[in-house]
Amino acid sequence: MEDKEFSGKVALVTGAATGIGRASAIKFAEKGAKIICSDVNEISGNKTVSEIIENGGLAHFIRADVSNGAEVKSLIDQIIKSHNRLDFAFNNAGIGLFDKQIDQCTEEDYDKVMNINSKGVWLCMKYEIPIMLEQQSGCIVNAASQAGLVGGAGLSIYAASKHAVVGFTQSAALEYGAKGIRINCVAPGIIDTQINQPFWDDHPELYEEWKSGVPMKRYGTADEVAEMVVWLCTKDASFVHGSTMPVDAGMLAR
Amino acid sequence: MTELLKNKVALITGGNSGIGKAISIRAASEGAKIVIGARDEKTGKETVDYILSKGGEASFIKADMSDPKQIDSLFEKTIEKYGEVDLACNNSAIGLSPHVPLHEYDTNDWNHMMSVNLTAPFLCMKHEIQHMLSKGGGSIVNMSSANGLIGTKGHTTYTANKHGLNGLTKSAALDYADKGIRINAVCPGGVETPMFNQTYGKNSEAWKKARDFHPIKQLGTPESIAGLVTFLWSDASSYVTGSCLSIDGALTAQ
Repeated sequence: MEDKEFSGKVALVTGAATGIGRASAIKFAEKGAKIICSDVNEISGNKTVSEIIENGGLAHFIRADVSNGAEVKSLIDQIIKSHNRLDFAFNNAGIGLFDKQIDQCTEEDYDKVMNINSKGVWLCMKYEIPIMLEQQSGCIVNAASQAGLVGGAGLSIYAASKHAVVGFTQSAALEYGAKGIRINCVAPGIIDTQINQPFWDDHPELYEEWKSGVPMKRYGTADEVAEMVVWLCTKDASFVHGSTMPVDAGMLAR
Repeated sequence: MTELLKNKVALITGGNSGIGKAISIRAASEGAKIVIGARDEKTGKETVDYILSKGGEASFIKADMSDPKQIDSLFEKTIEKYGEVDLACNNSAIGLSPHVPLHEYDTNDWNHMMSVNLTAPFLCMKHEIQHMLSKGGGSIVNMSSANGLIGTKGHTTYTANKHGLNGLTKSAALDYADKGIRINAVCPGGVETPMFNQTYGKNSEAWKKARDFHPIKQLGTPESIAGLVTFLWSDASSYVTGSCLSIDGALTAQ
């Protein structure tokens, strides 16, 4: 449903090819925002764009690897060149690493996960914030995780990368709070998206077992996280700043 | 009017003034039938009249939250009138006490504050959950505080009440997560209610100090807190339960 708070506004979603990023891009577009879908995966990223356009929305794709500063800078430069503003940014691009204990992890694992999940969020904010400061408005949502607040066996590097997202979000909120920019993060629980698929492929028996451990006895949908992401960008959320919003069916309450 | 809460019966304790009044008005504008349970008849009826004048539906039931019998009666009357409770906000509370160090704090004051701020939400939840179980679902929001997450000097009792309320929220959420009942807490920082302005004196040095205590250098508005409650009551937050959400201009991000 079109919403005048969003119509004509410009929203960037990184990791928009699949999962939570895709669902959020679609939801922002449904509200009337113009979407920049960014991803390393051009084919799937463009599929999200096509879906938005087919539904009457506005979107285009810009390829960027969020772990590369020059590419992120270029992404933001291109957005400003085309739209001359950036109202909402969902820094969501990330990868999973769910099944490796610390002694089994390689330096390559560490660098890859930290560079995308953590450095990527920092780089995106680094280039988004000056634009928003100039506008004296803007709203940033970073993708943390349940694993941004607690640990998990086999998740150490992923958890560290997501804890970093919470730390970046809180610190950035303190730095820019009085300057018209709001910065928050979402902490999804176990969401049934492609990021988990390699893990489920390796451990099909755990799919049902883990589900029974979720207080709601079901996994979340990408759409349910997208609802929170978009809500955080509304005027209703005007006093929500520096917050980590769980969307986790009660996992963190345990 | 978006009618996010169309035809739902929403009970708001303390829905007659301040944050509670804003919740009553907002939820009514979203299509909910409002029941205000509160002590003060005059402001309760004024709020009801305001909602009726805007074409909404609302009723007032007099109830003192320090008296368990009056809480029982509040629910009897609500069920008699509407037959159900779909949404509840346990919002009545005694505000921040004057700065009294613990060793000088009167035990009777502790007991009274505990009864209104913690025992009353517990008693209300007993009724709410029972009705929601029989109907197959519902959403409960407990009005906590930033003091449910952190301590502040001179507010030991209030901080203990609100930490208790967050604990009650988390465990209750786990008990009913797979039964269609979602239970969350909202943890506001300073909110510019009429009482807040009266206590500090609007725009006085003390008022500005209280405002600037929040990194966002703003106070919350009752309407923005109502916005979060509305989101938590709506289906948009279907995967959110057991969360104690900060809405505090980054106060607790430090």
